[in-house]
Amino acid sequence: MTRSIAKPVLVRSVLAALSLALPLVGAGTALRTSPSLAAGASDDESERLARWKEIRTSIFGDKTIAPTDSLVKIDAPVRALDASLVPITLTMPEKDKIAGIHLVIDDNPSPYAAHIAFGPGADAGEIKLRVRVNNYTNIHAVVETKDGRLFETTKFVKASGGCSAPMGMSDEEAMKGMGDMKLKFAEAQPGRPVEATLMIRHPNFSGMQMNQITRDYTPARYINKVAITRGDQAVLTLDGDISIASNPVINFGLQPEGQGPIKVVATDNQNGRWEHSFTAPSATN
Amino acid sequence: MRADAGRSRWSTTRRSALFGGLCLCCLPTLGRSAEGFDLQEVGPGIFIRRGPDAEATPENDDAIANIGFIVGDRSVLVTESGGSLADGAWLRAEIRKRTDKPISHVVLTHVHPDHCFGAAAFAEDKPVYVGHHALRAALDARGEYYRGRLVEILGADRAGSVVYPTLEVTDGAEVDLGGRAVRFAAHGAAHTNCDLSMRDSASGILFPADLLFVTRIPSLDGSLVGWLKEADRLRAMRATKAVPGHGPRLVDVAPALDDLTRYLTILRDETRKAIVADVPIEKAVRTVAQSERDRWVLFDTYNGRNVTQAFKELEWE
Repeated sequence: MTRSIAKPVLVRSVLAALSLALPLVGAGTALRTSPSLAAGASDDESERLARWKEIRTSIFGDKTIAPTDSLVKIDAPVRALDASLVPITLTMPEKDKIAGIHLVIDDNPSPYAAHIAFGPGADAGEIKLRVRVNNYTNIHAVVETKDGRLFETTKFVKASGGCSAPMGMSDEEAMKGMGDMKLKFAEAQPGRPVEATLMIRHPNFSGMQMNQITRDYTPARYINKVAITRGDQAVLTLDGDISIASNPVINFGLQPEGQGPIKVVATDNQNGRWEHSFTAPSATN
Repeated sequence: MRADAGRSRWSTTRRSALFGGLCLCCLPTLGRSAEGFDLQEVGPGIFIRRGPDAEATPENDDAIANIGFIVGDRSVLVTESGGSLADGAWLRAEIRKRTDKPISHVVLTHVHPDHCFGAAAFAEDKPVYVGHHALRAALDARGEYYRGRLVEILGADRAGSVVYPTLEVTDGAEVDLGGRAVRFAAHGAAHTNCDLSMRDSASGILFPADLLFVTRIPSLDGSLVGWLKEADRLRAMRATKAVPGHGPRLVDVAPALDDLTRYLTILRDETRKAIVADVPIEKAVRTVAQSERDRWVLFDTYNGRNVTQAFKELEWE
């Protein structure tokens, strides 16, 4: 994979290549945005639709994706306060039907932001993520039900520059403590799912942030996989990309009857690997 | 010795000083439609333009910061370069209307575009560009990004370009303008990670740049905890008057710093409280520091962003 980008003009194509190499879906489907569909704030509805069709096909192939108002809902600010940290809440009221969710930020340079697969240890009712948004864009959430069907919903968000926005500190500083983790739990109530917040220290360099000392872009370095287990039960697996904000934070739900410590294994695209274990609150107390 | 730059010819009238922006419509120096867009002498030989409390627009040339110059016996120091090449060129023309002395120093108080994108307008003067030791790296990281955004708003010919400091202040530094000296202090991460303040020996006036916002809501882009610490350091300098980076041209230091630290303290304490109580960031941006809403211009534009920055900084404490 290309580690450095010599000229700004190459960014889009290199990132396209980068996402090509990312097997985000189990089937290894690759994602590519055509330069002819370059994003812009002034795009009309038909151009947005065309772009989504292309992205959808590259991720899901010919599979039917039905629109839904009830299976998944996206909460996001209409206008982002900080394009490099846009909080997204995905709500799935019929949580027992849900196997996983895909998050796509259509107009980002690498649109396929995240895929989350839920295990038996997860409560799939809600997921929160912080993402980067590079342009005025539709955000798509596609849920996969346990019987293998796909449903989508969308939300329009106004933001710009989130992927290329500099971090405000040196690369070295941004990488300090890389791989440190915190796992916080909301107060547990017997029989109710436990809300957990996982924080990972990692710059999640997008590859579009320039470091002119080297007259180069800081190479993309981002968390590409987070696996959360409890005892011998899978909770969830997150496949991530450069659209996830630096110092990734993910909120998720735990099934109340789970047992044992919670283990988190995170890896990045440059072979970084970090593993931490946490004691979960017991809901039976 | 006091500089003799406060010559009557250049002094502003008492009336304009009293009425501030209100009577400027009849002043011939007002070349723009923006209110208060003129230079006023706030101390002997110290001329400051009040930037409007607005965002950069095609109409205002990003001329939104308080910029100006200090005249010594020998030479002129530019306190802030302006928000664009156009703004810097305006300032340079205004200086030349008032003095022929060489422009020896241009201060780049920090990396933000409304303060340093006017620098190139002074290139022919070959001044010493004074900046914090971390400014170069900050410009490396962000300069082209800022330039791109400014070009979008103002066009390439008015935007300006990245100019690096030629005098990098590590701790302190002093420059002599003839009859008056300007002392610089490089601060720890606060408003940004490259804030430079200065003090004029002749008037005792402090120039904290964007370490001090008045009227306009402070914007946090460095360290919230650090900013509170640097505010204490400014207080300890015991200056009576200051030219803030934004707000009125000249203010009393103590109450202005009190207002600033009140906002920053509320921002810090309420953000910490939200983190401890597991209030999610998307909710915190709507709830934290709302008691300050009526005290600052542009509150709705910046407070949520400040909370986001504070949250990022404090959630790993």
